[in-house]
Amino acid sequence: MSPIGLNHFLILSAALFVISLWGILAKRNGVAILMSIELMLNSVNIAMVAFSRYITPTVLTGQIFAIFIITIAAGEAAIGLAIILLIYRHRKTIDADEIDLMKW
Amino acid sequence: MEQNITTTVFYLLAFVILASAFGVVRSTDVFHNALYLVLCFLGVAGLFLLLRADFLAAVQVLIYAGAVTILVIFAIMLTRRPDMSKSNLPNQRQGPAFVLAGLLFITMVLAFTSTDWSLSVQAVPEQTTRLIGQLLLNEYVWPFEIVSVVLLVALIGALILARED
Repeated sequence: MSPIGLNHFLILSAALFVISLWGILAKRNGVAILMSIELMLNSVNIAMVAFSRYITPTVLTGQIFAIFIITIAAGEAAIGLAIILLIYRHRKTIDADEIDLMKW
Repeated sequence: MEQNITTTVFYLLAFVILASAFGVVRSTDVFHNALYLVLCFLGVAGLFLLLRADFLAAVQVLIYAGAVTILVIFAIMLTRRPDMSKSNLPNQRQGPAFVLAGLLFITMVLAFTSTDWSLSVQAVPEQTTRLIGQLLLNEYVWPFEIVSVVLLVALIGALILARED
């Protein structure tokens, strides 16, 4: 078997990214869309940590970036779920196709 | 020998991550989606260990597999519906979305494989936690302080949004 290199991790990260992109575009449930966004941020983290391991192993820039991404993702999850609960309370649905008040 | 173990572990983790991500996207029960999500987060934590990022692996398990998943399950329970098995149906744009995602994947793989990365031969430090702490409080102290303000704003904003009035 060939040794694992940077490209293996990058391709895995790209695959995770496009799977979650598919989820974001093709899902109705608002909570499921938020879950796909979390997966997307995770795939970016994989790429960041892989760059940190293979290109700048001593200064850890990629890992610091990944920590900031995780922090922002946690904030995003809290706000996003609060917005979804608010929409559910007002309209009794979280179907993204029916939340079209601002669509012209 | 060690090389072989690393390769096997990588492919195992890659399979777990991709299969559970597929479960998140394809399963029609939104609660099952959340369970697949935990599996995917744990797989990514294992990948971080493989990349010698021990602190990040711990953070991943604590914040993603712990906190974010609990938040998501709370949201699922508060927006419950009678028939959970049809709670997460795909919409009618599945086909175009699949084509778009596939094209993006091919583009990214071509970009990755054709780039000549300037790989470093230096080894990763044995323990990254001490180094990350020093970096966060010296070089990256401003982003660190700003991100704490962002978290505070998110906390207050979520409270204001979600309270009953």
